[in-house]
Parts: sequence; structure tokens; C-alpha cells
Amino acid sequence: MNPNFEKKAMVLKEDLTIVSQREIAPKIFEMVLNGEMVQDMKVGQFLHLRVPDPSKLLRRPISICEIDRKNNQATIVYRVERAGTAILSQLKAGDKVDTMGPQGNGFDLSVLEAGQKALLIGGGIGVPPLVETAKQLKAKGVEVTSVIGFANKYALILEEKLRLYGDVYVTTDDGSYGIKGYVSTVIDTFDWVADAVYSCGAPGMLKYVDKKFENHPHAYLSMESRMACGMGACYACVVHLRNQNEAANKRVCEDGPVFETGSVVL
Amino acid sequence: MSKNRLAVSLPGLELKNPIIPASGCFGFGQEYAKYYDLDKLGSIMIKATTQNPRFGNPTPRVAETPSGMLNAIGLQNPGVDAVLSEKLPWLAQHFPNLPIIANVAGFSNDEYAYVSEKISQAENVKAIELNISCPNVDHGNAGLLIGQVPELAYAAVKASVENSAVPVYVKLTPSVADITSVAKAVEEAGATGFTMINTLVGTRYDLATRQPIIANGQGGMSGPAVFPVALKLIRQVALASDLPIIGMGGVDSAEAALEMMIAGASAIGVGTANFTDPYACPNIIDRLPEVMDKYGISDLETLRQEVRRDLLGK
Repeated sequence: MNPNFEKKAMVLKEDLTIVSQREIAPKIFEMVLNGEMVQDMKVGQFLHLRVPDPSKLLRRPISICEIDRKNNQATIVYRVERAGTAILSQLKAGDKVDTMGPQGNGFDLSVLEAGQKALLIGGGIGVPPLVETAKQLKAKGVEVTSVIGFANKYALILEEKLRLYGDVYVTTDDGSYGIKGYVSTVIDTFDWVADAVYSCGAPGMLKYVDKKFENHPHAYLSMESRMACGMGACYACVVHLRNQNEAANKRVCEDGPVFETGSVVL
Repeated sequence: MSKNRLAVSLPGLELKNPIIPASGCFGFGQEYAKYYDLDKLGSIMIKATTQNPRFGNPTPRVAETPSGMLNAIGLQNPGVDAVLSEKLPWLAQHFPNLPIIANVAGFSNDEYAYVSEKISQAENVKAIELNISCPNVDHGNAGLLIGQVPELAYAAVKASVENSAVPVYVKLTPSVADITSVAKAVEEAGATGFTMINTLVGTRYDLATRQPIIANGQGGMSGPAVFPVALKLIRQVALASDLPIIGMGGVDSAEAALEMMIAGASAIGVGTANFTDPYACPNIIDRLPEVMDKYGISDLETLRQEVRRDLLGK
């Protein structure tokens, strides 16, 4: 037995208890979870959920939407894609979910001070981690502006929650709600510069943010990827690094999911 | 000191228990060391190592299948020099008594020889697992794996054995017409034993895009879905050769590990189960004695010898 590697005090895997679950938009669910693990959670990290079905071997990585340390509760918001997430969506209050986490690095909010300005950019199911980000930034006295884009009005989520912490601009691809267009339609009109930029969304949106804020000292992208282990061992979710040799890489699960703009190949 | 019921003895590998995380599913151990004391394990099969650093295949690299998964990582690794200067010393420093099995991959017999020679010099590397059967890279043999052609397998194994300072166990692919002909070629080339099975090959499509989910177009299939295939092939090789077998393919429980030993395996690799549960290996080790009691197995070394004796009569 090596004394240096006795189990750390931190909880790494826990059966979290479902406090509540509800559908907040078609096929999009909000699940509130309770457990010790909440104490270790940081903004922008994710949970790696086991689907309660023995034939489903791979866990589902889902970002943390809200953290309530006082009540040991965390909220996740996810979209039902196929059979695994469909099973998760059927779980009820009181059920347990085998959860690894919190995983990944998360958003660095320490770069901002009271009175500074933050721009939060989210697309579709990439919006959830921005809620806790906005909440914690507002609590620090940072001025928060969120720009969130969706395919259409049916996919709209979390607008009201984000409004609690600052201005919110909503875009839809088809113009069925808010401003017709993409997040870029709004951001390209801004005549102010954010002191930090936090973004999460589909690859196309992240490419825009990466290019727009390529040289910004505090602009961050939160990436999604297909994962297996979710903790750095299997190399399923790697990305190439910009301006480095061909074999240089980072793992979205362990080195990310948050990367600085201009650092990875999207 | 009481006898360790779980100990198994293979050439080069005196293992305190038969459970070994399988190569590719455990990195170089560092990540799992956050979860538990790696000294609990029988050994570790570290990630496949090549001469030069490799990024591997494009992403997505994994997809789920019923009771299984597909992967096409493509032998991503930092290269043998980094493994020797960083990965193996870290394991030696933190777990000095843990025997390591180094998975060696390559694209030529020269590369197999070079990497085997170098990596076998590391003090904690007690055996090589020669990877002649990765389905996710092109070996330049008209699409065939080295492990699918007895003559190619013979030459690659010979190159490794002649240069390695430690015993060489050769990883066999299930994707062959007659696994015994490859096994015999591998044995004639001087291998110490076999590890088997490498992944089967499969694919899945995305209904929306009509494209394969995995960027590589296909991947290696693993998990409990392949367990019966592994058992059948292990028994087939055990009947054809006396060399020891480290069995793997879908083991996710103490029962499955013992079943594989009854098929003819002397030790057990655990792969995909680590992804479902990071504590899969220590959980299996902890449960082995209870399951052994249930089925009247006094100790694993006796079981292993009984199975071998039984095979001789067949």
C-alpha cells in the first residue's frame, strides 16, 4: 500500500439522489441532484452520468448548470438524443444516479473584478453552464451580458434564469423568437469590449468565438466531445493544438472542457 | 504468512492477483491513481507505445453498441522516449512493486525490435505485450493486420523476442479464419505467451448524417458483447498450445474472470469495464474470494493447474 495514494478525501464517484426532474423544452430536461460531490463542483465542470441500464457501458458527460452548495444540490440540463439520455429522462425524484465528477477544469472567473464586463455566449444545449457562470460573476459585482442562440423558439432554454444576472440577447436561426440570425448577428454590433468572454456551444459557434476573440487575453471556449472514460485515460476526446507539432494534443475531458481561444484546433 | 489465494504465476510475472487493466483502457495509470491505490492490481498493461509520438485517428473515436463499444483511437501515444523518461518512472516511483506489462506497437519489424529493446530495459517492465493486432491502423499489408497472417506474425514476434530483455506475450486478433495457425507461428517465433482477444471490428452509422459515427469509419468492438467470442477463442488456443494466456474481452465481474480462467486463461485483462466504472478492477479483485468460495475454488494457482491438466486430456 502506498500511503501517497490512499483514497483522497474528495468524492470522485457517488450515487447522487434526484431531487426533481422536469422537461423545460421539448426533449430538454432539467435534473436537480443532491450529494456530497456538490461541495467540490466548480463553474464550467461536468458530470459523467452512468445510464441505469447494464447494456449501456459509456457514461454521458453533462455540464453543470447550477451549483447550490448550501443545500448540496446541483442542476444539470440536457437534451434527449438517443436511448441513453431517454432512460435518464425517465428517472424520478428519489432515484439514484451513479455519477463521476466533478470532471474537467471549468471556467476561470478569477480574471475578473467587480465593475468589469463579461460577455457570455451560448448556443443551444451549450447554454446551461453559462447560468452558474452568470450567477457567480454577478455575485462578484461583474457586469454580465449574455448572448444565446437557438435553432428556433422551441429550443429556447434558460433565458429567464440568465436575465436574473444581466442583459440577455436571444437569437434564433429562423427568427421565430428574438433576433433572427446567430449569436454573431448580435455580437458583431457591440461597440464595447468585454474584459472576459465565456462561451459554450456547437462547433460552428465556437469557431466564430475563437476567431472573433483570438487575441483576447481572457476568452474561453467550453467544448463538447464524445468520451469514454471521461477522466483522461482513454484519449477518445483529444484535440490538436494550434501552432504545435502534429502529435501535440489535449484531452477535452481532463485538460478541458474549457480552453483559451487561439489554443486548440476546432 | 497465509497463502495468497489470488496469486498466479506466469513466466516473468509473479502476480498477487490475476486482474490487469487492459492496454488502451488505463492510459499509463496516472489518472486511475486518483481513484485507488494501483498496488491493488496484479499488473498494468500500459497504453500501446510506438517509436515516435502519434496523435492517432481523427475524432469522434468512440461509439456505444449494445453491451459494447467501438473505439478507433489509432495508437495515440507520446512515443517510447517519453514513456521511458516520464510514464514508467512515475509508476516506478509511486508503485515500485507493481509489475508493468508494456504494450509495444509498430509498423515494421524494425520498429517492433527497436521499441521492444528499449522499453524492456525499464526496471518495472516485466513483460511485453506485442500488439500485432490493432484494427485501427493501416499496416500496409493490403488492409491485413500483421496478426492475421502467420508468416508476418512470425517475423514481427521474432524481431521483438530477439531484442527484448523480458518475456514477450503476443496479442492475438479474433478476426482470423484459424486462430491456431497464428498462435503456432507466434509460438515458433519464441513468444512466451498470448494475450487475447484484441477487439472485433465493427461500425455504427448516424441516421441523421448517414455517416459512420466514428471518424475512422470503423472501430474495434469490446465489452461484454464480445465475451463469449473471447472464451471460445481462448479455449481453442489453449488446446493448441501450452503457452500461458492472459485472457481479455468483456470481463466485467469476478464471475466472468473465473469463467475465462476455466476457458484456459492464466490471468485476466479488464478493459471496457474501467470506463463504465473506474473502480471495476478493485471491485473484481475484492469479490473474487467470495465467488471462489461459492464454486469451491481454493486458490487460483490450483484452478489454473487443474484447467491445464484437464486440457491435456482433450
